[in-house]
Amino acid sequence: MPQSAEKVLDHAELFKEPEYQEIFERKKGFEGGCGAAKVQEIADWTKTMEYREINFKREALVINPAKACQPLGAVLCASGFEGTLPYVHGSQGCVAYFRSHFNRHFKEPCSAVSDSMTEDAAVFGGLNNMVDGLANAHALYKPKMIAVSTTCMAEVIGDDLDAFIKTAKQKGSVPEDFRVPFAHTPSFVGSHVTGYDNMLKGFLTSFWDGKTRSETAAPAINLNGGFDGYCVANNRELKRMMKEMGVEATIISDPSEVFDTPADGEFRMYAGGTTADQMEAALHAKGTVFMQGISAAKSADYVAKAGQKTVSLNCPVGVTGTDAFLMAVSELTGQPIPASLELERGRLVDAIADSQAHLHGKRFALFGDPDMLLGLTAFLLELGAEPVHILCSNATKEWTAKINALLAASPFGKDAKAWPGKDLWHLRSLLATEPVDFLIGSSHGKYLERDIGTPLIRIGFPIFDRHHHHRFPIWGYQGGLNVLVKILDKIFDTLDAKTSDSASFDLVR
Amino acid sequence: MSAVLDDKTRNKALINEVLEVYPEKAAKKRAKHLNVYEEGKPDCGVKSNIKSLPGVMTIRGCAYAGSKGVVWGPIKDMVHVSHGPVGCGQYSWATRRNYYNGTTGVDAFGAMQITSDFQEKDIVFGGDKKLDKLVDEITQVFPLAKGISVQSECPIGLIGDDIEAVSKKKSKEVNLPMVPVRCEGFRGVSQSLGHHIANDAIRDWVFDKADYEKPFESTPYDVVLMADYNIGGDAWSSRILLEEMGLRVIGQGTGDATLKEIEMMPRAKLLLLHCYRSMNYIARHVEEKYGVPWFEYNLFGPTKIAESLRGIAAFFDDTIKEKAEQVIAKYTALSQAVIDKYKPRLAGKKVMLYVGGLRPRHVVGAYEDLGMEVVGTGYEFGHGDDYQRTTHYVKDGTLIYDDVSSFELEKFAEKIRPDLMASGVKEKYIFQKMGIPFRQMHSWDYSGPYHGFDGFAIFARDMDMAINSPVWGMTKAPWKK
Repeated sequence: MPQSAEKVLDHAELFKEPEYQEIFERKKGFEGGCGAAKVQEIADWTKTMEYREINFKREALVINPAKACQPLGAVLCASGFEGTLPYVHGSQGCVAYFRSHFNRHFKEPCSAVSDSMTEDAAVFGGLNNMVDGLANAHALYKPKMIAVSTTCMAEVIGDDLDAFIKTAKQKGSVPEDFRVPFAHTPSFVGSHVTGYDNMLKGFLTSFWDGKTRSETAAPAINLNGGFDGYCVANNRELKRMMKEMGVEATIISDPSEVFDTPADGEFRMYAGGTTADQMEAALHAKGTVFMQGISAAKSADYVAKAGQKTVSLNCPVGVTGTDAFLMAVSELTGQPIPASLELERGRLVDAIADSQAHLHGKRFALFGDPDMLLGLTAFLLELGAEPVHILCSNATKEWTAKINALLAASPFGKDAKAWPGKDLWHLRSLLATEPVDFLIGSSHGKYLERDIGTPLIRIGFPIFDRHHHHRFPIWGYQGGLNVLVKILDKIFDTLDAKTSDSASFDLVR
Repeated sequence: MSAVLDDKTRNKALINEVLEVYPEKAAKKRAKHLNVYEEGKPDCGVKSNIKSLPGVMTIRGCAYAGSKGVVWGPIKDMVHVSHGPVGCGQYSWATRRNYYNGTTGVDAFGAMQITSDFQEKDIVFGGDKKLDKLVDEITQVFPLAKGISVQSECPIGLIGDDIEAVSKKKSKEVNLPMVPVRCEGFRGVSQSLGHHIANDAIRDWVFDKADYEKPFESTPYDVVLMADYNIGGDAWSSRILLEEMGLRVIGQGTGDATLKEIEMMPRAKLLLLHCYRSMNYIARHVEEKYGVPWFEYNLFGPTKIAESLRGIAAFFDDTIKEKAEQVIAKYTALSQAVIDKYKPRLAGKKVMLYVGGLRPRHVVGAYEDLGMEVVGTGYEFGHGDDYQRTTHYVKDGTLIYDDVSSFELEKFAEKIRPDLMASGVKEKYIFQKMGIPFRQMHSWDYSGPYHGFDGFAIFARDMDMAINSPVWGMTKAPWKK
């Protein structure tokens, strides 16, 4: 009997005990499997070039894609507004999934409702659900705004959110002047970043449509982070940098507080977020900087049409990315970049100089969202590392063009290839046939790490199997330092593991 | 007034308090789902398995979650296609900890997200052709797959795709069982209908197509361990006991299961049903059609384990009965040591439960073994028969809440201030912010197993670490105390 009260063995150890190994063996007799030799033969074959070719011919089958669906992004965007309840019009199971997805990433509560459409709504439409749902949500959760997005069910049956919300208001579900920004977010178009963009545009439209812009009113500029798993820390870092610059900036959609409330005996369903007043004033800003421009294309377009200057960045990670961000802010506001930030810059450059020998020529594979891949690739290039496979399941044409241009501009990018629209099973073939030293991506990459043995550096969304990563920024010079340390830690851990039985097991690296 | 009367009065007042906040129509509906259990009553006095209120934060999922996430998904040697847009498969990707042995992507496909990734054109023109092609591709990239299931997402039913026809055709072409499952998320009121639909698919597409004329060397002791999803290895810590008491487990379903093991159900002498809610349908079918009886067992905590092992043994001869006693005796020292160690730290602690499946009742005994008291319980997607079965477990005055909304559960917890809330990931962080210790009872908080005697030791340790963590003494700043 392996178990004891003194030393409780849980799954990680218990099932390695001989008693359990024996039951696994006995069970095989009933499983109808094909035997260890055959499994090994096929496992080896899946790592060959022959398999890669078959694998890359797939047209219909998608295996382990690195993307989620639109309404997930809409829920994140809506969570960034003060007192706002994300409300998904459609089948209820989706919201359960969105909530648990964010719970698992942020280790924080995520509040969102659905209007629980079922068969009757599939036949007659979901208007009644909307009428009752807005009334119930308003009564129970007392939000300041309710932000409505859709599931694929509502989209397939063609429910019209604008008309439904108006009707619900007429029927008294919420007061006539209660703000209900909305966005259609079909799951069969784009990905979670598209949903974020659509919802963001829904908010901008709700606040700005029909208003006249006058540039006399403060604040100076707006910032938007896009779909960002590091929003908690990144948004705080943005605010800090703006303070250093003396720039008054509004972050449009700021979930940094709602996904980082304290454990002090009180549950705060709403915390922080962009206020309605800020949103109204934001129309009059000089310009808006989109930190993840490709993923906020429609919103950026809307802002530009509203008369503002817009700047679209691609997830500025590292030195040149942060330089570009700060210079853009400086240009928009006329405020100089202060010595304090220049000092931070110098420190990041110093850190890179100290460590460059360990980074130079290291080969990386990356996967994730379009803007983040551009930011991370740019950073790797400036570290003298070599991005080799850059895989984006939710790529756009613009992404492919941009990443290719980025790679072409650096000698460290000459062997790199971008893989738009591919999934992590494609990446498995790439890693098996054209190996790299390290893999950068979300927690889903851990299966690739196990299969192929490529060490995984966890940067991206979702991070499910490590704690608190989202509490550290990846933007700005400080964020660059965090990313640098994450990469270096893995490099050194790998080197230590590799040299543990040799004289090269050095104390000083 | 006695303590029970006090609790009853308080609980009734609590129910009225939460109902007051709802709009009238909604309050009337919710009133039927909240009650205080009265001893001697045949059920818990709540309505269940009714549509959730729109706009209310229900904790429930959908039919797809019930089929793919629970019943079909854990069958490890089949490829389960999340048929439709990318989201559903992405969110349910390896998040339920259905442990299995096997080589992922080669002969086992559990911790994978395999989808037809519907795009707009698939919605407009239908996805049947894509499904057809996708099956060919599965056979090319996963040559050791033993079957394919099609887990329908919402759009499939809405656009009228004929996945049954595609499945029949392709099954012949590629010579693999292919199972269409109509588990679109909008069907029914929760994941519960998904379980039922998934069970029916096992009946129609596995049993009805399997060849039971083929010779099979049976023994009088053949059982199938079913409706255990092997969360953190639960089915294994259960199986070890069944084998020790002399039974031959010829199939496990659906945690760490293979398609062949699922086919074994009609061959068994007894079906052992852990999660009644998710698989009673197929158990009843096997009983009716093949004459195999089934037994609902409960392997949480030594009291219920002993009761269950004896209950199982009662179906067999004296040899098994004796061995069952030996197994119970063998583990008594372990259970007693666990109780001796943890009961002093846990006795008298109050627990509120809110889970799915069987756990709102099955875990009550395990808490009681540790001297703890369950003061409130409810099901995400239980039916009337679950609430009848719950009466065997709960005490007079227990607060009962069906399909509880997060709003209600928070209010109840604020007033009752349990020492432990045991629910799911969507609830976890809310209650921890409130300073209430919490354990996830869907995923065992990534610990486990919790079933069986080995699991009970882990269960006890985990409850202790949750409740007696130093962190709860720090939630208030000292200058605020």
